[in-house]
This record gives sequence, C-alpha cells and structure tokens, in this order.
Amino acid sequence: MGTDVAQRRPIRWHIGVFLAPAVLVYTALMILPLAATLNLSLFNVTEARETVFVGLANFRRLFGDPLWSEAFWNALANNAWFFLIHMIVQNPIGVLLAALLSSPRLRGAAFYRTAIFIPTILSFVIVGFVWKLILSPIWGIAPGMLDAVGLKALFVPWLGKEQYALTALALVSVWQFVGIPMMLIYAALLSIPDEVLEAAEMDGITGASQFWKIKLPLILPSIGIISILTFVGNFNAFDLIYVAQGALAGPDFATDILGTFLYRTFFGFQLQLGDPHMGATIATAMFGVILLGVCIYLFGVQTRLRRYQF
Amino acid sequence: MTTGLPKGLLTAALLSTTLLGGAAWAQDVTLTIESWRNDDLTIWQDKIIPAFEAQNPGIKVVFAPSAPAEYNAVLNSKLDAGSAGDLITCRPFDASLELYNKGKLADLSGLGAMANFSPVAKSAWQTDDGKATFCVPMASVIHGFIYNKDAFDALGIAVPATEAEFFAALEKIKADGTYIPMAMGTNDQWEAATMGYQNIGPNYWKGEEGRLALIAGTQKLTDPQWVAPFTQLAKWKDYLGDGFEAQTYPDSQNLFTLGRAAIYPAGSWEISGFNTNAAFKMGAFPPPVVNAGDTCYISDHTDIALGLNAASPNAEAGKKFLEWVGSPEFATLYANALPGFFSLNATPVKMEDPLAQEFVSWRDKCKSTIRSTYQILSRGTPNLENETWNASAAVIKGTETPEAAAARLQAGLASWYAPQQ
Repeated sequence: MGTDVAQRRPIRWHIGVFLAPAVLVYTALMILPLAATLNLSLFNVTEARETVFVGLANFRRLFGDPLWSEAFWNALANNAWFFLIHMIVQNPIGVLLAALLSSPRLRGAAFYRTAIFIPTILSFVIVGFVWKLILSPIWGIAPGMLDAVGLKALFVPWLGKEQYALTALALVSVWQFVGIPMMLIYAALLSIPDEVLEAAEMDGITGASQFWKIKLPLILPSIGIISILTFVGNFNAFDLIYVAQGALAGPDFATDILGTFLYRTFFGFQLQLGDPHMGATIATAMFGVILLGVCIYLFGVQTRLRRYQF
Repeated sequence: MTTGLPKGLLTAALLSTTLLGGAAWAQDVTLTIESWRNDDLTIWQDKIIPAFEAQNPGIKVVFAPSAPAEYNAVLNSKLDAGSAGDLITCRPFDASLELYNKGKLADLSGLGAMANFSPVAKSAWQTDDGKATFCVPMASVIHGFIYNKDAFDALGIAVPATEAEFFAALEKIKADGTYIPMAMGTNDQWEAATMGYQNIGPNYWKGEEGRLALIAGTQKLTDPQWVAPFTQLAKWKDYLGDGFEAQTYPDSQNLFTLGRAAIYPAGSWEISGFNTNAAFKMGAFPPPVVNAGDTCYISDHTDIALGLNAASPNAEAGKKFLEWVGSPEFATLYANALPGFFSLNATPVKMEDPLAQEFVSWRDKCKSTIRSTYQILSRGTPNLENETWNASAAVIKGTETPEAAAARLQAGLASWYAPQQ
C-alpha cells in the first residue's frame, strides 16, 4: 500500500481534513473504550485493595476455573442456539415476506410492510413485558387461545421451563426483528432491473423458479450481510433476556447469554459486588468471539460471493 | 405540572424560614439525612423530624433521599467528593462495612442508645469481630406466612403450627379446589430463596446457632439441618398454582390479594400493600416447627440503620439525633408509620396494625435470627446468596434434588471461604 503514496505529489491535506471528524469521533467513542476494556482485563485487585498487572491470569481463571468456565461455555452455547434460531427462522421468513411483498399483484403491500416492521422500533422493555404477559400462565392470553381451539394440553409455562425458555425468547426476538431482513431483502429485490426479469420471462422462467434461479442468486450478497448483522447483534444481545428473565437469566441460567453473564459479573447483582476486571475479561472474550465470526465471514464467505453488475 | 407552583412556593417558604431561623439562632445546625427510602419522605417530614425538632431546639433536620437503585452509587460518589449529608442510612452488612473500613462512617460503639439493641440487631452493622458498631439499627423485616382468613374459615382449617399440620392444610385446600393452596412462583428466583428457604430454614438449623456455626466452619451446608429446608421446599411444588415456573413476584402478590390463593409465604414488608389491596380478612402464622412444642425460630432480618458521616462537621448534633433514633420513642413513631418494618429496639413497641402485631408477637415466643447468607458468606465468587436463589428455585421445580442442591452450594462456598475448606 505504501508504495503508491510515496510518489512525489503535493501533500493532499484535504484527505486528512475530511477523514478527521469520523476518525476522531470513532476513536473517542469506540476504539479508546475498547482498548480500555482490553487493558482492564489484564489487571486485578489484590487482598490489600491494590490494582496490579496480572497478565493473562484473568483469562486463565475464566477458562480454567470450572466455576467460571462452566458459566462461560453455558452462556456461549446458549448464545449459539439463540443465533441459530434467528438464522433458521428469522432470515428465511424475512426473505419469504420480502418476496411476497415485492410481488406486483399484492394489494396493501405498504400496510403489511409497516405492520411487520413496527415491532422493530419498539423498546425491548415493551416487547419483553408484553410477551411475558401474553405467555403468563395466570393472566396471559396464550393459554386461553389454546383452550379455545381445544389445544390447552399443549400449553406450558414456556418462560419458566429450562428446556423451552431460551427458544421462546429467541422466537420473541425473531418476532421483533423479522422486519429488518425483510426490508433489506425487499430493497435488494426492488433493485433487480426489470430487463433481467423480462429476459428470464422470455426464456420461460416465471413464478417460483424465477425466484430460485434469478432473484435468489442476485440477493445472496444481501443475505450474507444480514447473516453477519444477525450474528453481531445476537452475540451482543442482552436487553431482552434482562427484561424478561432478570440478571440471573433464569430458569437455572437456561437463558444466560454472554451479555447477561457480562452484566452480572461487571456490575454485580444483589449481594454480589461488581468485579470490573473479570467483567472486562468476559467482554474481551465476547469481542474475540465476534471478531472470529466476522473474520470467518469476511474471508471465508464474502470473497466467494459472486456479484453481478447491471 | 399543576403541583409545580405550590411546591416552589413551599420550598421558598421553607428556605426563608431556615434563613430567618438562622438569623435568630446563631448556633443552629442543620443535619442532612441520606437515604434510599424515598417512599418514606412524608413520614419523615410530617411525623419523625418535627418530633425531634420540638425536643431539640437549635437542630434542624432535612431528609434528603435518592432513588433506591441508585443509592449506593450516589452515596459513594458523594462521600468521596465530601458532599454527603451528616447522617447516612446504612444498608446491612458488606455495603456499609466497606464504607466503615474506608473511614467514611464514624464508629458509634460508644453511643448510649446502643445498649437498647441486642447483639443480633447490631450484627449487620458491626465489624466481623463485633468490636465496632457503626450504625444505629432502625428496623427489620420478619418472615412468615400470611393467610386468607376467610378461606381458612370456609374450609374449617385451623392455623397450622407443625410441619404435618401445614401440609395437611395445604392438602385440604387443594382437595377443595376453590383456592390455589400457596401463592409463589419461581420465575424471579429470589422468592424461592427469601420467602422459601430463609423463611422456613431457621427452624431446622436452629437460627443463630446454625448460622454462626456455618460462618465458623463447624457446620456444612450438606449437614442434615441445612438440607432439611430444601427437602421441605421440594414438597411445595404440588401446592403451587398452574405454571408456577413462569409466575413472577407481582403475579404471586396479585393472586393472593385477589383472593385466589389461600397462603402466601411472606415478608412483613408486604403488610401495608396487602392491607390496601386485599378485600378479605388476613392472618399470619410463623414457619411451622417439626414437632409440636419445639422451640421456634424466625428470620427477623435486620434491614435498615442510620450512621454518622465521619467527615460531618456537626458530629455532636448528629450523635444527639442518633441517640434519639435509638430511643423507644423513635421506635414507636417509626414502627407505626411503616407497619411491617419492625423496630429493632429491645423495648417492646406498641403497634396498631393487627397483622403487624401478629408478626412481631413471634419475637416473644420464638428465637430471632437473620438470613443465613447475608453476613460474610456472600463476599466471594460464587456468591452464596445468588446461588441459593438458583438452588431454591431448582429444588421447588424438582429439577435438582435437595441433596444435590446442598452439595453444589457447599462446593461453591468452600471454593473461596477458608473456614469451610
């Protein structure tokens, strides 16, 4: 890279000047806190209340001490499941809805588009609270509705059972955020030139096979972007679990994801005093997980996606 | 906004009287109280402070609370900045001990009023060796069971005194089907530990005897007396409402006050809320004992106290106020204004509220203790209190056996607490 710049040309000040605001703001708000977090994870407090440099001892504790590592792997596994549900439920439904919405024969597309997108702009607090009420075995409408169709036996206090709670919350999150892949795919579908579709029709490719053979390959890059956004969003998730299940992520840590584990450790909970150093260690581990995932996508997937220029 | 103007006027009026008062009495001192009890603001302003000021001309008292969730953080930064009030409302155990160790709270061991409190009452605000006491105990909360008296009368159930009677009563309510036998859920977890384990436990581990032995390391959480409360909790499952796994704390409160449940495992802080919301007669009974005639133990948990800012320039006046807080007169005022928050004063306090009277009467026939996990034992990681929440909820749901839960708690405690190793 350096060789091109080294050629003798007048110094182009304007590049630096135009970049400066973004670089400064990004450095102050993102890079410095990130560096401070990484730094914090390398220190700890001794019995005598002195802060000392401990190197990677915090990480050894997080991954080596069963009390910490079990909680960490549990949170990571739950997080992976949370992500998987989004990938196999949210994104296919988003693509399907976008394909339906972009159909020229659909009436009231604007209404459906808005209705499906609205939950996305709701606060987590509202979503968590409303779904908790809907699913409540005591006051909720879920048992009543199942009863009305004769399926009362299927009702389970989902949020209170270890085996269902995480899946139930992941589906609530899917309900909330399905609008985002829908909108992105919808935009990608609209940007496909009519000439391409007309040419396809001339060749006799219409309907579903047109979607599979023409449209889907053209929107694959968008699906890739959505996947990586989902990945980053899910591994940073915290709010919904905290609102619905509290910082202890019950029942029995079945819904504990990295975000709630970090919160509990960093800020403390009830009688547990906060531990900023172990908290920063978990935050660093989360950063590593997300970085790894993004790298796999960038180098393993994105470079292989074929792009079409119109 | 409608209240904005009168409030402003009131403040102005108060300020001007303070100024005038200041001019008239040159030695007037003003004491400011830091607190998280913003619910109690009017009680302090209308009842408690005027009573003190009437007896002590020259001392003005201002009650300045902050929001409960922010209190610890706000107080710490104020103390560090030197802008905190003269009197500090103390959280129990480690939060206040930390402040004392940092030199922020004054040692109050020499206060005459300290003689009015039992060692258990003071234990929440003492150093581990018990040599220094740094806050004057104000109130505690007592655990027990509140029941729907109308339901008990209709079903012909007598108030249970023993374990067997307790489960017989639950069985009878369940068989009748009108009421959910017991209103409790495991969704929020702390109810299972606080209103379950810590409520019935003292009868098995013999209150202070067991609690202190655990701290000393001579008893373990896997000993029979510590496993027994879990064994009892495991039996509760059959008597809780449908879907109790997802039932939250407000759900349980509503189930009981709406008259749909017959028994509510309670803490005395529920009294004023229940008095307002329940349309039926209520009674209360202490945690049942194993055999009739056994000594009963209750959790009489020390919750709130008042200390002196070590940096206060008005230490003399502050101590005067604290002596008064330790007096029977304050105890009567406070306990009646806030039924369910019981005075820790050794002098019996006369209370008007019948339910509160019932709760406090157990102090005479039973031995008091505090929650087993609060002192010292929740200092390390994993945190014993939080683990107990989780274990109690798991045991009630039946996803963990009482023995396994106890073994897990013991392993966690032993991992960092030397006397248990």
